[in-house]
Amino acid sequence: MAELKEARDAARYHIAPEGKTVLNVRRLNLFYGKKQALFGVDLDVYKGEVLALIGPSGCGKSTFLRTLNRLNDLIDGVRIEGEVLWHGENIYGEGQDLIEIRKRIGMVFQRPNPFPLSIYDNIAYGPRIHGIKDRKRLDEIVERSLTQAALWDEVKDRLHASALGLSGGQQQRLVIARVLAVEPEIVLMDEPTSALDPISTSRIEELIGMLKKRYTIVIVTHNMQQAARISDRTAFFLNGYLIEVAPTPVLFQTPQKKETEDYITGRFG
Amino acid sequence: MNAKIADRIATAVFVLIALLLVFILVGLVGYLMWRGLPHISWHFLTSPPAFSEAGGGIGPQLFNSIYVLFLTMLLTVPIGVGGGIFLAEYAGDGWLTRFLRSAIEVLSSLPSIVVGLFGLLVFVQYTGWGYTILGGALALMLFNLPLMVRTSEEAIRSVPRDQKEASLALGVSHWRTITSVLLPSALPGIVTGAILTAGRAFGEAAALMFTAGMSSSRVDFTDWNPFSPLSPLNPMRSGETLAVNIWKVSSEGLVPDAREIAAGASALLVIVVLVFNLLARFLSRWLYKKMTASSS
Repeated sequence: MAELKEARDAARYHIAPEGKTVLNVRRLNLFYGKKQALFGVDLDVYKGEVLALIGPSGCGKSTFLRTLNRLNDLIDGVRIEGEVLWHGENIYGEGQDLIEIRKRIGMVFQRPNPFPLSIYDNIAYGPRIHGIKDRKRLDEIVERSLTQAALWDEVKDRLHASALGLSGGQQQRLVIARVLAVEPEIVLMDEPTSALDPISTSRIEELIGMLKKRYTIVIVTHNMQQAARISDRTAFFLNGYLIEVAPTPVLFQTPQKKETEDYITGRFG
Repeated sequence: MNAKIADRIATAVFVLIALLLVFILVGLVGYLMWRGLPHISWHFLTSPPAFSEAGGGIGPQLFNSIYVLFLTMLLTVPIGVGGGIFLAEYAGDGWLTRFLRSAIEVLSSLPSIVVGLFGLLVFVQYTGWGYTILGGALALMLFNLPLMVRTSEEAIRSVPRDQKEASLALGVSHWRTITSVLLPSALPGIVTGAILTAGRAFGEAAALMFTAGMSSSRVDFTDWNPFSPLSPLNPMRSGETLAVNIWKVSSEGLVPDAREIAAGASALLVIVVLVFNLLARFLSRWLYKKMTASSS
């Protein structure tokens, strides 16, 4: 029990073991025009964990995820206050290299979105643009990434066939492999299984379990069982506020806030 | 009236409209072919027009049409696609963008004869070039640019947003995302825009009468140095196109077979536009496959 209490305190007061956080979000406010969508969010992401973000639709969890690789920059009229520290440096600070940030903080989307290219070219797309021309190295990267994404055995005989011929679940693993090919440190996942059937979903969940040995994963999910199955810690968002964050079993068994309890017991959302 | 009958009537009306469209197209093209095809021969396609006797051809005009079209596309496609990229990807929603959009709209609704007169003032008189193929191509570029910009913009915008985000999220810059994800996917749409533009350019007469001129200068088809004054490739010579020739021959032609020449040239014009359409469609499909399928 002492261990559990320590973990909970660590989560609640953002005390991570020395040198163990990769992202520190501080007082993050986000506005779409005049409408505020995130209110003073403080959250740390620990190295090598799977952090699940849950909450009802429109609670800001996806918006929050997209601030972590600055993908909200694309949307007109978005304004951000506060800091997102990545190894101590604010990614919204002046002179930050957006390309390096997005390479090292990769993202997997809700709908599988392979490019209309071959399987091989989908994986090689990122490394090629980042300057790797050598065919042998590209071959290695493609094999390594597909193996890590548990797709290699299924596609090794048709690497040069179109990626659009794969099933939805295979496409989603391909997209994960494409992210791994540029060697990220953190992988953001925005409801990666919500467009998939149950079997494909469980394969992606298994994959996430394997990936966390090498990568830090922040995953938005609609599905509380999924969060419970795969994540180390869970953060609950509501109406743009981070209500509570705790180790997953703690959050689900003994939530501290009434809103969290109402949500996980199914009283709303 | 009950819903079933209303539905039937509506279906019948739409089928009739569709049939009417097909009938007009088939009738028009059929009539042109019936009138014109018998007159088309190798001699007709390759020999220069006669002054007063029967039996002249449209060789130089055909060449001029293709050459003007080529120069027009050379100018229109890069600028048009560039404008489309700007509007779809870089222009925000400010007053400048709105102004630009209305400018493009006004430009696209200008009658071609007005564009021709503008060309006469600028590319013929102000520059002192006289009637030139280059002036004609520039006038046609002004005429076609709005269409090209708009179709390119729409083609780029129609690429699914998640494709663009996937590329950006891999740490690929905006520009590389445009060239390696957006443009290949938008290519079929852009080629369709280019076909529309080319069809309009090939058939255009009014904008060319006062810019490329209504006479074809004497050309020597053995001299392909673009700087030599007799070369067909010299863009600074006057060059009557097929469409202008049809108008001239049927309104003020002195040759006794003027009507046959006009009919033959009209049929030829339609055939070339059709062939061009099919070729461009094939090209677009081929390019799309080449740019999207495997690299090895």
